[in-house]
Amino acid sequence: MSDFNYSKDKDNIVSIKWDVNGKSMNVLTLDGMESLKTCVNKALNDKTAKGIIISSSKKDFAGGMDLNVLQSMMAGPKTNLSKLAFKTIMDMHDILRVLELAGRNSETKNPAKPVVWAASGLSAGIGTEIGLACHHRIAADSPRTKIGLPEILVGLFPFGGGTTRLMRMLGAIGASNILLEGKMLSAKSAKSSGLIDEICDQSELEIKAREWILSASQSETIKPWDQKGFKIPGGAPYHPAGFLTFVGASAMVHGRTKGVYPAHKSLMSAAYEGLLVPFDTALKIEARWAVKLLNNPSTFNMINSLFVNKTALDKGIARPKHIDETKTKKMGILGAGMMGSGIAYVSALAKIDVILIDSTDEKALQGKSQVKSILEEGIKRRKTTQAQMEAALQRITTTTDYSTLKDVDLVIEAVFENASVKNEVTKLAEAHISKKTVFATNTSTLPISDLAQVSKNKSNFIGIHFFSPVNKMNLVEIIKGKNTEDSAVGKALDYVRQIKKTPIVVNDARFFYANRCIIPYINEGVRMVGEGIEPALIENSAKLLGMPVGPLQLIDETSIDLANQIAIATKKALGDKYEEDASDEILLFMVKEKRLGRKANAGFYNYDEKGRRQNLWRGSTHKWPLKSDQPSVEEVKNRLALIQALEAVRALEQGVLMNIREGDVGAILGWGCMPWAGGPFGWLDLVGIEPVVQMCKKFSVDLGSRFNIPPMLKQMSETNSKFYSN
Amino acid sequence: MADAYIYDTIRSPRGKGRADGSLHEMSSVKLSANILNALKNRNDLDTSLIEDVIWGNVTQIGEQGGCLARSAVLLSDYDETVAGLSINRFCASGLEAINLAANQIKAGAGNAYIAGGVEMMSRVPMGSDGAAIAVDPELAMKSYFVPQGIAADIIATEYSFSRKDVDTYAIESQKRAAMAWSKNYFQKSIIPIVDSSGLSILDKDEHMRPNTTITDLAALNASFQEMGENMPGFDNVAKLKYPHLEKINHVHHAGNSSGIVDGSSAILIGSKEFGVQTGLRPRARIVASEKIGSDPTIMLTGPIPVTEKILKKANMSIDDIDIFEVNEAFAAVVLRFMQAFNVEHSRVNVNGGAIALGHPLGATGSMILGTLLDEMERTDKQFGLATLCVASGMGAATIIELS
Repeated sequence: MSDFNYSKDKDNIVSIKWDVNGKSMNVLTLDGMESLKTCVNKALNDKTAKGIIISSSKKDFAGGMDLNVLQSMMAGPKTNLSKLAFKTIMDMHDILRVLELAGRNSETKNPAKPVVWAASGLSAGIGTEIGLACHHRIAADSPRTKIGLPEILVGLFPFGGGTTRLMRMLGAIGASNILLEGKMLSAKSAKSSGLIDEICDQSELEIKAREWILSASQSETIKPWDQKGFKIPGGAPYHPAGFLTFVGASAMVHGRTKGVYPAHKSLMSAAYEGLLVPFDTALKIEARWAVKLLNNPSTFNMINSLFVNKTALDKGIARPKHIDETKTKKMGILGAGMMGSGIAYVSALAKIDVILIDSTDEKALQGKSQVKSILEEGIKRRKTTQAQMEAALQRITTTTDYSTLKDVDLVIEAVFENASVKNEVTKLAEAHISKKTVFATNTSTLPISDLAQVSKNKSNFIGIHFFSPVNKMNLVEIIKGKNTEDSAVGKALDYVRQIKKTPIVVNDARFFYANRCIIPYINEGVRMVGEGIEPALIENSAKLLGMPVGPLQLIDETSIDLANQIAIATKKALGDKYEEDASDEILLFMVKEKRLGRKANAGFYNYDEKGRRQNLWRGSTHKWPLKSDQPSVEEVKNRLALIQALEAVRALEQGVLMNIREGDVGAILGWGCMPWAGGPFGWLDLVGIEPVVQMCKKFSVDLGSRFNIPPMLKQMSETNSKFYSN
Repeated sequence: MADAYIYDTIRSPRGKGRADGSLHEMSSVKLSANILNALKNRNDLDTSLIEDVIWGNVTQIGEQGGCLARSAVLLSDYDETVAGLSINRFCASGLEAINLAANQIKAGAGNAYIAGGVEMMSRVPMGSDGAAIAVDPELAMKSYFVPQGIAADIIATEYSFSRKDVDTYAIESQKRAAMAWSKNYFQKSIIPIVDSSGLSILDKDEHMRPNTTITDLAALNASFQEMGENMPGFDNVAKLKYPHLEKINHVHHAGNSSGIVDGSSAILIGSKEFGVQTGLRPRARIVASEKIGSDPTIMLTGPIPVTEKILKKANMSIDDIDIFEVNEAFAAVVLRFMQAFNVEHSRVNVNGGAIALGHPLGATGSMILGTLLDEMERTDKQFGLATLCVASGMGAATIIELS
């Protein structure tokens, strides 16, 4: 069976319906392209056909291109990739261009057949690009409808004609939101932004499409760029207005992406160069930039981590296979502070009934009002509806009474990060919950197996580590204690998927996975201050590495005394095994100076009276004067990247991480670690294992044993292997 | 190899580069032709002896397009055998015209050239000819493009020039220019511009504001702060290139940057034989000429490496040069030059510069060389050096010796 189905009704209107067999979501494959081509040609060759409606038989129009097709192309030899990718993209352009011209011939005066796109539900990537080639676009005005070109978010750009068409439809400014931000738009905003022409009720979609075909005038079937005297909206690059737009656009994109995202560069160039030539040449240019992008190893890594592996984790690939899927209906949350209320918010929004417990009614209620304010913020930003807010708040019951936990199927403890406080509430809860109930502790630093000591039901005791702020951070670390059983892991995973976050499962060890890597990253930055390296160079180098925040800003956010306390606690726990870290002394100094970070309005940065971050505090450079020979930016970048990557490798060696997939997706979602490289393991691959080993050799001599070569990397360099096989 | 000599230098007064500027009514071709004619008339030139007119001009579009140099020759009273070559090395175009002419003479390609340039900034706006480096994303990102004002502010930040430093420099430029006019130091080269009936249009530089005080300047907002810090945020691009900078210190504004003006200038260059043949006396020898490419982002530091290069080529040291003309594109450019070579201000831009007088892009290079020579003759100095910073990261320089 082919992916697109052809039919013609009594009014001679052709319907081409997308319906990929055996899949819940349409995605475009090479076979699909052939199928579409056949249908389009058949309709155009049929003299009686009055017009074409392109739609889907499924609830959604399309999820986009089948990225596995791209990945398999990219995994092959590079010479084949360029030829094959160029041909594939040009074939796609040809199909859509034939559809767009729709049989019009200016010499024989043969008019075009009207082509209308009628979509409901999701339409992403190539799905939307097919729409852009049609003469008229109608979408169902339903909450499910989301239309956009999100390619940029996974390291690609719309190269199925989407860039070329949208730039000509909306101009540089109008198109930039959709192309550069990759936003998925509701039917209404798709209409107001000019991406589609018409919205209607779901039930009327087909009627409206037919009406349009029967009433379409000839001029409506000719795209503006196929008409004489066409001018680019807002001006082409060398038009005075367009000039200013393009000067600004390059600077803005460059500044925001720090120059590390090749897809943004390709998109910008395809758009700019395309506007200077006729439409068909522009499509060719778009294809050339796409092929260049596909040849960039960073692109493979981004697709791999941000799409393929993230999707696999979202779908529950890490679930123990023999455990049945569960659904959490009612849960208890212990502690209504910032974390507890955040967890209550995401759970209630996912239609889970929540018992929110704290030591006093007042505190519990405060937690609930915190949930309310997050919801209100969502309404302001049109993410949440009034009805959703009311329903969510109704699901949250606040109390101080632990006996209300008797019929919950999951408890998450989110009290203060202190073992004895945690132990106490664990006991209080376990007095009431059933044996089957999974008890999860939300901690970022305390070992799960230690906390499980007080539990009477260690097999159901597990760690669920949320990141702050819970409503914004999409990663959740699930930590297996020594005695945690698979059923509890399955339960925790299913819950995390239910609240639409991405779970990774790790084994129990100090700081688990994320913090284990984040702390050395921060400490490396702090150390550099002590070495007399210009603080701006430290912070800017981190940004040039594609880190969202520099180490000094990060420690200001998480608070310097907390870091100091962690260092003291770690030292106490490890005893003689603790290696004195040069950053300890600097942290101590900052604490003594009462520069505890943002919360104290003073840290490595200065803050104004409203708490807004200002310039870097120069006091540290008085204590540790800047050295005259500053390191190169490359060296600072390498230190900051390598310190994280080595820790990720050690986590893998020690079995804390069970899989590099979780290491990379976790790093990107957890602390924004080098998405352009596909995460820390992706970065090691991009640099090359052998060069990394050389870097380790140099740094371990110059800077210390923290840069010692992990045996795994040494072995990989000897066997010339990589983490990912592309 | 032959030597190349300067026989004469002339320039128009600089008119305000606005619709109400005095030269605005005159086309670039006409102003060029007037300057060419003036040079011919006051030297009683047989123009058939001229090999070429090399004309610096930056914004080569509209009336300045279509090989303006040849158009100017055809509108002038010159023999039609004189060719014409329009050239663009941005702000150094006028000096580059001289260097090209001198080097051709040195190599034996002709005995006499006219080199100079024109820019009618009031009629053909700066930037209106487009520029890939600013808009082509591949190039703009590869070269970390920022506009010149941002580049000047990067220089101030990198080399620690405060707002007060640049403003103080600007006041001095105004003072020196006013002093030079009051003592008629420019008289030798200035050609009053008149209409076809001989009625005066402009006989004095009109951009100067000699009464400006440091308080006046302090009241001005930095011109490039908004585009640097907010839209579109060029400072972010600068910090990608210079990650050791935490923040760009925006210090430049209209009062400490070169003025937008209209103007033209020309220099008669010839071999020794040309002097013998015509009876004209050489005023200076062109010792050496150089150009260089430099960091395109900070962009305006070219005068330093090009000066190092030209001194090496001429086998001279910085102390061998008596006086300097360093184009005042922005105050920080000159401050950096003096800092880099440890040259005192009393030897640099002694009669003011483009901050006070204005900077008619394509003409400035030949104007400042003329000013340099006039001053060398007035004060009997042996060696002078003129240099300009250039967009996209370049520099040009010329050393002359009094004959």
